[in-house]
Amino acid sequence: MKPKAILIDTKDNVATAFQDLSVGDKVTVSLEGTEITTTIAQDIPFGHKFALSDIAIHEPVMKYGASIGLATEQIMTGRHVHVHNMESQKGRGDK
Amino acid sequence: MEFQGYRRKSGKVGIRNHVLVFPTVVCSAEVARMISEKVPGTVYAIHGGGCGHIGEEKAKVIRTMVGICGHGNVASVLLVANGCEVVQPELITAELDKIGQPYDVVSVQEDGGTPGCIEKGTKIAAKMVEEAAKIKKESIPLSELMLGCECGGSDAFSGLTANPSLGIAADKLIAEGGTAIFSETTEMLGCEEVLANRALNDKVAKDIYDAIDKAEARAMRGGVDIRGAQPSPGNQKGGLSSIEEKSLGCIRKGGNTTITQVVKYGETPVQKGCIIMDATAADVMNDTALLAAGCHVIVFTTGRGTPVGSPIGPVIKVSTNSVLYGKMKPNMDVNAGSIVDGEGTLASVGQEIFDKVVACANGEQSKAEALGHHEFDIHFDMDV
Repeated sequence: MKPKAILIDTKDNVATAFQDLSVGDKVTVSLEGTEITTTIAQDIPFGHKFALSDIAIHEPVMKYGASIGLATEQIMTGRHVHVHNMESQKGRGDK
Repeated sequence: MEFQGYRRKSGKVGIRNHVLVFPTVVCSAEVARMISEKVPGTVYAIHGGGCGHIGEEKAKVIRTMVGICGHGNVASVLLVANGCEVVQPELITAELDKIGQPYDVVSVQEDGGTPGCIEKGTKIAAKMVEEAAKIKKESIPLSELMLGCECGGSDAFSGLTANPSLGIAADKLIAEGGTAIFSETTEMLGCEEVLANRALNDKVAKDIYDAIDKAEARAMRGGVDIRGAQPSPGNQKGGLSSIEEKSLGCIRKGGNTTITQVVKYGETPVQKGCIIMDATAADVMNDTALLAAGCHVIVFTTGRGTPVGSPIGPVIKVSTNSVLYGKMKPNMDVNAGSIVDGEGTLASVGQEIFDKVVACANGEQSKAEALGHHEFDIHFDMDV
């Protein structure tokens, strides 16, 4: 069966969609004995990320076992994680 | 684990037994090619360097040439000089003497122009092939194997399938005591802390920051906004949310172990384990640098597809998606797209890549080798 999404590192709190996902889809990702099932709460385009757990504001979004930026608002499980609710901590001469 | 390879007088090991015909300068490149094409069993590596270099760039070109000519995969080397070039053959042979690498030199200017040089070079190369054929393989531990990790023609799957799988293979080789090198410094922007946190010590951490700072400064000198514009609108549409995410997808190809050393373009590491090379992201020039550093084999992940190989060692291609695999199957050794198809996992493809590396170390040809690919070029800056 084709996996709907992929988890790259067991420390991650997001997974990446391998296909377009719709609200209500149940998506299971597994890696090294860790298995997480998430109900998609928002349409997620292919290649985009969704939250595997609730991420609090200013908490790191973890992918590849590392922070890829901080949440700019609370992100609930199954929601789209992207530039609208997280931001890079790099190259911010304005901050 | 062990593989069947070649032990050289230099103390290096090899997985190929090449007789290399190598021009010291672009001017004699075609003569080198003509010699090699007349002598079955030889390979040639032609390039655009050898003259007009000064200072650090000259040192870089010589270091790279010495690394290639003295490589463990090379049984002996015939240097083909023009005669008046900056990189005089003695600059290379002095280093080959130090490690006991067999070589000979012919010169277009001294040996009768093109026909005379070809005649003399052909005889020498034929004798070298005879001598090389006498060298027997022996068992060598995987701890002496060096893997180069490269990505090029990347796509949205690169950071999800092929690069993390290659990283798993790199970690496996390092667990055997071996070495994996990854480079492409401009693609490390945004990962400074992540990489520095993996550094063996403060010196390595500082070298990581310095290398990435320099890459950024080079981009700034070119008048390019390399951070502010990242990830690009196209990247964002594809789902990348930050430069950290984009860069992490690139560096994952080098695995996740302690970074033991940062080396310059074409520089041979003294450490084993995971090594960063501060080198260009231009594919063929990067392959050359990884090989010059001593890598025996390169694994090259690609989403768009590329045919390139190397005259010095096998280049193993890993497609990031099955559409590419279908289109370029004759060029692809492993399909990481199987992860998307549900037929493989990061772990299983990582194992498949590792197994392919070991198979190639044992003499199996990669697709690029079997197809006769021997792309080669040296990176240098002619502005100085």
